[in-house]
Amino acid sequence: MSDKEEKPKKKTRREFLQELGIVGVGSVLAGSAIFAGINYDKKKKQGDRIKVLTAENELLEIEKSDTTKVQKSKYENLTLLQKEGRDGIAGKRWVMVVDLSKCKNARKCMSACQGAHHLRPEQHHINVLKMQESKNTAPFYMAKPCQHCDNPPCVAVCPVDATFKRQDGIVLIDNERCIGCRFCIAACPYSARVFNWATPQNEEEDKDKTYNVELNVPQRKGTISKCLFSADRLREGKMPYCVSACPNGVYYFGDENEDAVTNGTTKETVRFQKLLADNAGYQLMPELGTKPRVYYLPPKDRTLPFKDEDKPEAEEHLENKNG
Amino acid sequence: MLDQSKIDKITSDLLRHIRLNNKFVLWMGFLGISFVVCLYAYTLQLKEGLSVTGLGDYVSWGMYIANFVFFVATSLIGMLISAVLGLSGAKWASPLARIAEIIALAFAAVAGLVIVSDMGHPERLLNVFMYGRLQSPIVWDVTVVSIYVVISALLLYLPLIPDMKICYDKLDKVPKFQRNIYKILSLNWNGSLEQQRIIKQSTRILAILIIPVALAIHTVTSWLFAATSRVGWDSSIFGPYFVTGAFVSGTAAVIIAMYIYRKNYRLEDYITELHFDKMGKLLVLVSLVYLYFNLNEFMVPGYKMKKFDATHLNDLFAGSHAAMFWAVQILGLVLPILLLLFRKMRKPGPMMIIALFVIVGAWFKRYIIVVPTMEHPYLPIQNVPINFKIYSPTITETLITIAPIILVLIIITVLSKLVPIIPIQETIEHLEEETK
Repeated sequence: MSDKEEKPKKKTRREFLQELGIVGVGSVLAGSAIFAGINYDKKKKQGDRIKVLTAENELLEIEKSDTTKVQKSKYENLTLLQKEGRDGIAGKRWVMVVDLSKCKNARKCMSACQGAHHLRPEQHHINVLKMQESKNTAPFYMAKPCQHCDNPPCVAVCPVDATFKRQDGIVLIDNERCIGCRFCIAACPYSARVFNWATPQNEEEDKDKTYNVELNVPQRKGTISKCLFSADRLREGKMPYCVSACPNGVYYFGDENEDAVTNGTTKETVRFQKLLADNAGYQLMPELGTKPRVYYLPPKDRTLPFKDEDKPEAEEHLENKNG
Repeated sequence: MLDQSKIDKITSDLLRHIRLNNKFVLWMGFLGISFVVCLYAYTLQLKEGLSVTGLGDYVSWGMYIANFVFFVATSLIGMLISAVLGLSGAKWASPLARIAEIIALAFAAVAGLVIVSDMGHPERLLNVFMYGRLQSPIVWDVTVVSIYVVISALLLYLPLIPDMKICYDKLDKVPKFQRNIYKILSLNWNGSLEQQRIIKQSTRILAILIIPVALAIHTVTSWLFAATSRVGWDSSIFGPYFVTGAFVSGTAAVIIAMYIYRKNYRLEDYITELHFDKMGKLLVLVSLVYLYFNLNEFMVPGYKMKKFDATHLNDLFAGSHAAMFWAVQILGLVLPILLLLFRKMRKPGPMMIIALFVIVGAWFKRYIIVVPTMEHPYLPIQNVPINFKIYSPTITETLITIAPIILVLIIITVLSKLVPIIPIQETIEHLEEETK
């Protein structure tokens, strides 16, 4: 026992020196490592750290390299778009004014709309009609989008809440919900709705896209489609596709709450109420109680006369109406 | 008291048709093959979409919806015969009650399938229950039609319980499982006074309950149209107009069934000429009421000829739908009324032919109600292909329309091979009362 106790004493000096050396080298190494580390941290602070907001509303700073992007599933994206699409844009009340005196039947609105919403040639969200009210009244061209009624008959009859009215006045369709009963087509007095009877126009190209309620793309077989007032463009602060595409200044679009509408061609912004008052603005079939959000300015002082070749079609409608 | 030999004769007469014979196998084979062909047409529609039909963005409801209305209409007869006539003590109608209930149940249950065939996304049917909105008449319709199917089934089944016992006792040649079914369905019936009281009371309660429900199913079906602002549908009398029309097609359906059963199952002693005479008078009555509503429905707007009404009515009276319109009104309504006023025409043979005209007319009447209105929207139909303006049904669509009719015939045929179509117990009871 005693021998063993004495042994360490004997080796103490040598060992002490050895250990001193190790500790010394270790400290230098550690010190320089800490120093380098601090410097490294300082360097990183400029660009490689980012601030993140936690779900508990706490602002944290973390290294960028530590973050991983959360990949939202297609379903989550869809749910988000559906929720956004149902909520609408707070504080807005969209209105459209169609100036019939300017319409030259250029049909740029129709093609822009069909392109944006991937519609087949016979499907119209907006349709330029050749109209004539009675035998001795003048024929005129009339662009007819969905009227986005404040008392929409289509929304009332939908059995599954697939078509709905948003706070900003827009009537939309969720084609992930629609059962294809077409009661809304029957109920709409403006013939504003179309149905995907067959395979939609761009089904192949669109098949991986997440469905956007505000664009109604991808279109889906067996569901309804109709004018959306280009809700996706409004969310980006842009004018609807048809309004921007018109070369003749037919369309005004804007917010009733601001009492301001902007012409899609001239970009001129005018008072909504004054525009209607000055030009005797009116609505389509207001007697049905639908309260449309689309207004028309009468087709007087037209820059282009009604084409002769279009007269028979306008009259055909007239003939039907008066027997 | 009625002697036993008479009871035995009644029982054996009324059970005679519950057996398989060549005629039945042939008929079922024909129905089965036709049904498979029609189902194939439906698979085409499932694959290609509703583009296989003649429908378009303007006439977006066509034969399927007309067919649906026809089915709901015809099913109303159960209520008229077992409830209205039953409760008012018209004893002559009681042998016909089961035929009427079978027709009611078959048509009402299949009506649900008809409406599914019209849907763009039939696999989303459950959405109606998951996201159903009470504002929508479709949700009301689904609710009341389901209730009607349940009550009709009960109204068919309850009076059947004593007969199930008779079937179990007497039909010893049928397969064992069939007898077991009879046994289970007879619910240990022993004919005690207590059991009789329970059946009488519950049948009575059901007969009362079914009246408002039956009125509701067809009134709500009419509201699918009347709830819109469309010319030709925007009418405040659509509810009673549909209900009275329903009695016409239902009565005709029962007359046809009576004739076929009587002839094939040799039931001349039970479905007598008296029954045909009475049913003929009933058909005159309901047709007259329906004619009255037709007069209101077309005469009143026709007198004023408002701009959009005029387009619609001109087309019906003298335009592209005129032939069908007048054929339906004259051959399917006015002529039958006039002919049936004569006693000779209320014999089984002539009645059968008249009833065929009435029921075919009733189907086309639904077509006249649904299609022309959709061809006449307020705004002109332009910049679309011509087939969007004028509806012409396709062959695939026609087959899919025929499918539910075949299915109803299958149900009616099969039921008549499983249960006595004339209530045995009731017939015996009535005879007993008469001999007393």
